[in-house]
Amino acid sequence: MVAGIRTRDLRKVYTSAPPVGAGTGGFSFSGPKAKGKQPKPNIVALDGISLDIASGEIFCLLGPNGAGKSTTVGVLTTRVRPTSGQAFIGEHDVWQEQVAVKRLIGVVAQRPNLDFSLTAREILAFHGAYFGLSSHERAKRAEALLERFKLTDRADQMVRGFSGGMMQRLSIARAMMHDPQVLFLDEPSAGLDPQTRLLLWEIIREYNQSGKTILLTTHNMEEADALCKRLAIVDHGRVIALGTPQELKAAVPGGFLLRLRFGHHSPDLLERFRLLAGVREVRATDNNSADLYADRGGSLVPEIANLASAGSVELCDVHISEPSLENLFLHHTGRSLRE
Amino acid sequence: MNWKAFFAMLARDAHVARRNFVALLFQTFLQPLMFVFIFGRVMVGSGYMPPSYKSLLLPGIMAICMVGTGIWAVAMPLIAEFQFTREIEDRLLAPMDISWLAVEKVVAGTLQALAAGLMVIPAAWLLLRPGVDLNVPHPLLFAVVALLVALFSATGGLALGCSVEQTHIGLMFSLVVAPMIFFGCTYYPWSALEKFPILQKAVLVNPLVYASEGLRGTLVPQFPHLPMLAVMVGLVLFNVLLFATGLRKFHGKAVT
Repeated sequence: MVAGIRTRDLRKVYTSAPPVGAGTGGFSFSGPKAKGKQPKPNIVALDGISLDIASGEIFCLLGPNGAGKSTTVGVLTTRVRPTSGQAFIGEHDVWQEQVAVKRLIGVVAQRPNLDFSLTAREILAFHGAYFGLSSHERAKRAEALLERFKLTDRADQMVRGFSGGMMQRLSIARAMMHDPQVLFLDEPSAGLDPQTRLLLWEIIREYNQSGKTILLTTHNMEEADALCKRLAIVDHGRVIALGTPQELKAAVPGGFLLRLRFGHHSPDLLERFRLLAGVREVRATDNNSADLYADRGGSLVPEIANLASAGSVELCDVHISEPSLENLFLHHTGRSLRE
Repeated sequence: MNWKAFFAMLARDAHVARRNFVALLFQTFLQPLMFVFIFGRVMVGSGYMPPSYKSLLLPGIMAICMVGTGIWAVAMPLIAEFQFTREIEDRLLAPMDISWLAVEKVVAGTLQALAAGLMVIPAAWLLLRPGVDLNVPHPLLFAVVALLVALFSATGGLALGCSVEQTHIGLMFSLVVAPMIFFGCTYYPWSALEKFPILQKAVLVNPLVYASEGLRGTLVPQFPHLPMLAVMVGLVLFNVLLFATGLRKFHGKAVT
């Protein structure tokens, strides 16, 4: 059976400090400040997330830290109870049929959570045992996964001494051990070297080709671009854009983004930029900076410089970005993904 | 109920306990047996304690060993696994209702506490002999009491392990475990508190009192001890209370 993922208007408000790694969304503290007593925090982590992820799809949640990505994964994997809304894996309601859902999913958490009392091979074998695999099957699958993730030579060592990258590889191997229909990967490539990241991408694609659904979260646009069929950009617990990477990149006016910094600027000058050929949108970001969306990049720079000097404005800095998801995020939120 | 997952987790705990067997042995027995040696052998041998103290001490030492083992075996991994290493997450995601994971922890802790309790009897007997007058007229009653004591240690471990922050482990021992042992009628019978009537009533909120008195009443019934009915009621009530509290806190930790 193949299974997709569906959420309807998921909301999550933390009334105590949220756990590490479960996104902390838009921080909006509210409530009257009682004298001498800390106000109870009301942290809105998810603010109405609705997603339809088809079975067999690689779907990506892209957003900065604290956007609500991990909380979404937490709700879908039975670890975070939503304040309201519904979540389904296949036909199963995550909060009504937890055991059935847990059979269908494999989860790689953002922070390593390997069993430190066991060796790498034992971790895989016990995980298989929790899912009812026979001892023969456990041994066979563990061997294959250790080989695939290049961990065979350390298979019988305690994981305590493993490097971060090895732990991450083993976490992913463990999540695949019971061959789940839906695989959740919460920032899988954080902390991996480029070579291991490529190995991981290859394995994710391969797993997807066997018909499995994959939901991964990242704040790395390159990763989203390279892996995902579709993606949702989330910020402050909301989906701010959804589509294929190509569609989303095309949604940025013009595609190119020129970030300009001046000694100071005037609305008048920005208006003149707007009239240049190929410029789609000009936004002042503060008193001396502006973002300019256009369908060309470098060739605009001399014209901008000319207009600036004609208006006696000093042009201090120009940064050109080609069409990217980063530009899209910036266009929607006014902030960079890395901020 | 998914028994396969349940027994796989029990097998995992047994595997880890086997791996740490020597350390566990020292941790469980060294301190109580040193106590047995000094109080039961040195102080009795030098005439500071009456010879009968040997027999009186043994059930108390057994209670300390069992409760220490159960609490340690359940609480310490829970504190670390929920807060620091997050190791428990893999088991929370196993296809089984998460309440059963709490039950599994209690079963594993109970078995370890029982093993510790049964091993301390011959060890202490060897250290103290001659002059230990063990007398078990009702072996079945002894088995039931020992089981309830072991269960209490594990449910106590569950409740503590899901309530105590990692930074407060030291406090847990100095504020909860140590007073429980000293006011738990382990080194003296409850009747010895007759001259301190307020204290004698107050210690009845300490579940370890029922554990030590229950083991005293079944291993060395010739000494004064609480009525066995009171022991049974006390132990059952504390087991239910601690398990219910522990389970509620476990859910609070497992699902945010």
